[in-house]
Amino acid sequence: MTLARVTGTVVATIKIGDLKGYKLLVLQPVDAQGQPKGRTMVGLDTVQAGEGDTVLIIDEGNSSRMILGNSMAAVRTVVVGIVDRIESGGGQ
Amino acid sequence: MKLGKIIGSVMCTAKDPALEGIKLLLLQPVDEKGKAYGEAVIACDTVQAGPGDLVLWEGGREAALALSDWFNTSDATVMAIVDRVSV
Repeated sequence: MTLARVTGTVVATIKIGDLKGYKLLVLQPVDAQGQPKGRTMVGLDTVQAGEGDTVLIIDEGNSSRMILGNSMAAVRTVVVGIVDRIESGGGQ
Repeated sequence: MKLGKIIGSVMCTAKDPALEGIKLLLLQPVDEKGKAYGEAVIACDTVQAGPGDLVLWEGGREAALALSDWFNTSDATVMAIVDRVSV
């Protein structure tokens, strides 16, 4: 899993069946300090996350299919948690 | 998934039998603001997308799974037509 920030939403009426019923979120991957890194992606929401939330995402197909409970889903990126707090810099 | 803009289509008479009947689209990856990045790719269509459409697409194994028969050679597939992106 990695961290990301939800920066927006995508609305799509015409889509494949695997995507139906899920909210689509624009995700900006971030590091532990909240700094953006890498390209944005679009993921399926399973935790009712919203714009501005820092979230946990899975960006790997097989794990995402497990989360969705559909072994043939054509889905790679899924939001699986909303982050309350990050503590980093331990051991210093 | 990633955002992309359809910028054309590709016709192939002779192609792998697994891609028979599937429309091939020329797709330019774009970011959430519509700005292009990277090289255009050829993607299989599942949603009757056409030139000018903003779409969601995926590469890798998910590209193959998105087609009705999963045992195919697609390495990029269009999965949705985007109505609206709000950022």
